[in-house]
Amino acid sequence: MNALEIKNLHVTIDGQQILKDLSLTLPKGEVHAIMGPNGSGKSTLAKALVGHEDYIVDSGTATMDGKDIFDMEVNERSREGLFLAFQYPAEIPGVTIANFIRAALNARQPKGEDVDAVAYYKDLYSEMERLDIDRKFTSRSVNEGFSGGEKKRCEILQMSMLKPDYCILDETDSGLDIDALKIVADGVNHMRGKDRGILIITHYQRLLNYIVPDRVHIMWDGRIVKSGDKSLAFEVEERGYDWVKQEQTASV
Amino acid sequence: MQSMITVKSDSEFLSEAVFDHFLTRHSELPQWLVKLKQQNWVDYLALPAPSRKMETWRFANVKGLGVDTFRLAQPLAVEEGQSLIERSNRLKNTSGKLIFGNDDLLAEEELSEDLKAKGVIFEPLERAFAQHSEILEEFFMAQESALGSEKFAALHTALNRNGTLLFVPENVEIDLPLVSYHWAQGSESAVFPHTLVIAKDNSKVTFVDVYGAHEKDSSQLACGVSTLYAGPGAQVEYHYLQNWNEASLSFNQLTTIAQRDSNIRAFGLNIGSKHARNEGHTIIDGPGSNAELFSLTVAHKDQEIDQRTLQSHNAANARSNLLFKNALQDTSKTIFSGLIKVAEEAQQTDAYQTNRNLLLSPLAEANSLPGLEILANDVKCSHGAATGQIDDNELFYLLSRGISKPAAQILLVFAFFEEILEKMENEELAEFHRELIHQKLENN
Repeated sequence: MNALEIKNLHVTIDGQQILKDLSLTLPKGEVHAIMGPNGSGKSTLAKALVGHEDYIVDSGTATMDGKDIFDMEVNERSREGLFLAFQYPAEIPGVTIANFIRAALNARQPKGEDVDAVAYYKDLYSEMERLDIDRKFTSRSVNEGFSGGEKKRCEILQMSMLKPDYCILDETDSGLDIDALKIVADGVNHMRGKDRGILIITHYQRLLNYIVPDRVHIMWDGRIVKSGDKSLAFEVEERGYDWVKQEQTASV
Repeated sequence: MQSMITVKSDSEFLSEAVFDHFLTRHSELPQWLVKLKQQNWVDYLALPAPSRKMETWRFANVKGLGVDTFRLAQPLAVEEGQSLIERSNRLKNTSGKLIFGNDDLLAEEELSEDLKAKGVIFEPLERAFAQHSEILEEFFMAQESALGSEKFAALHTALNRNGTLLFVPENVEIDLPLVSYHWAQGSESAVFPHTLVIAKDNSKVTFVDVYGAHEKDSSQLACGVSTLYAGPGAQVEYHYLQNWNEASLSFNQLTTIAQRDSNIRAFGLNIGSKHARNEGHTIIDGPGSNAELFSLTVAHKDQEIDQRTLQSHNAANARSNLLFKNALQDTSKTIFSGLIKVAEEAQQTDAYQTNRNLLLSPLAEANSLPGLEILANDVKCSHGAATGQIDDNELFYLLSRGISKPAAQILLVFAFFEEILEKMENEELAEFHRELIHQKLENN
């Protein structure tokens, strides 16, 4: 199946189980949102999928178009089409944005071949223009001294250059003012298409005004407890998360 | 053709007999030089071999430093020379080029008529000893070793026969760099490359020494000495690209003399040698002078790169800044031992010294011995050393974008080196450094 499929996932960090039997299917061509209160395990899901070593997968499966994600190295997952826009991306002093993205693209070329430099810069500049990032950023060190908004835009820039099959955006809206939010949303909307699945992790409904999701999932205590269409996001915005909690408690 | 009739005799080994043999073969040398060589040969034999008990050889693996098994390098076969000339082409935009193979001049690109007319001298020492004997009598080996390698300086003086004399007269500015390539060939060959740069008042010059081997795996000895004189107001930039093969033993002593208001920038790159010992003595003799001393090292396998430096401030209102960065892989080892010495009269000195090490393997060993000795009371001096590893978050971020671990390491080593690489204003030279670093990291 052409989808990112997560089944019965259990993940532990520092000896504490955070994801408890989480299942989710993100088909290609769709945009899903995961909403949930702090501590519900949203970011843990993102980190476990890309393979951060602190996140231990106890049981469950995750596949991309049928390929076992947990069987792959971190860099292999990326090359196979998985992308995480980090909530707090690392700063890398001394590595420029241009060299960083070029190295990532070269990693996708056949061994010994590099991307064409001229074509690369042409693409890079055009994506930067769309995201309203000054060209001077190409020679700046990755995320070093960037504002929160600049970091988020730089994540979206990487996403648009790498053209992954499945994108996970972890709290990409946090810390953005409304103008930056619109730019980021435009960037993501531009990436929407039948060959790509996008998973937006967010605490607030605000971003979903600009990126309208096909499905919304509510996460609670390490699992998806409620799924629906975009109206579910408005319901959360209006009623908070407590009603989900009450529903959950009632159903146990 | 000469190479056809060369017979490798026992007397070519660096034993007692070699020197007489050397002198008979080089009867053309001026008398002052013969005398100097004779004295140095005696000194070489008398001086003690390095021992770890000596402060200047602390931490060094002195067992690997024996030179008796090496012999004087033999002339190259024609086709070997030809292939080395072809390999001496990395820098395209130069004002002059000398190519040496086993201490013989293989080829040269002479100065322009314009520079010659201005009085610039750029000659191989084998000719300069005859044509510019008066300059060499004053400047050749005029500086004493200060950092422990007296014995190897004496050996160099006795057996050296070639290298570069670069003399830049007053007010002459040379925009494009001049370069000398020094190649070593043959098993157990010993070469003695020499560099002497004399930049007179208000002149400007960039000189590059490139050291390399004809073949990968034969053990060679390189025992070199370089001296740079920056006259009043002169601007001298020097690049030292050490890429001997990894079976080799190399010694290099660089002495830099900065006179009033001169500006010196030195960039060292250590790629090759099984065991390299570099000594850098910067002598601040004139007020208002400024010396910037940079070094990059990529060490891997069981390489040992041992660097000792001394910044001697003898004049007031001068500045020196040293930054040495080492990236270590596998079981490699580096030693940095640096001293800033400020004389009583050298008030208002600014002197800095920093050594940073990036350990890419848990088995690599970086030793750092920074030091200060300050007799003046109104100075700004600092020294620092730091050793660290690759940051896990940075590495994870790179991996998460599909970059392989080796490629991520290369990016992060360049990130670590960037602080020095970005200071090179000549793009072609900076690219040369990058290329050698890249090759080394890729082939690990």
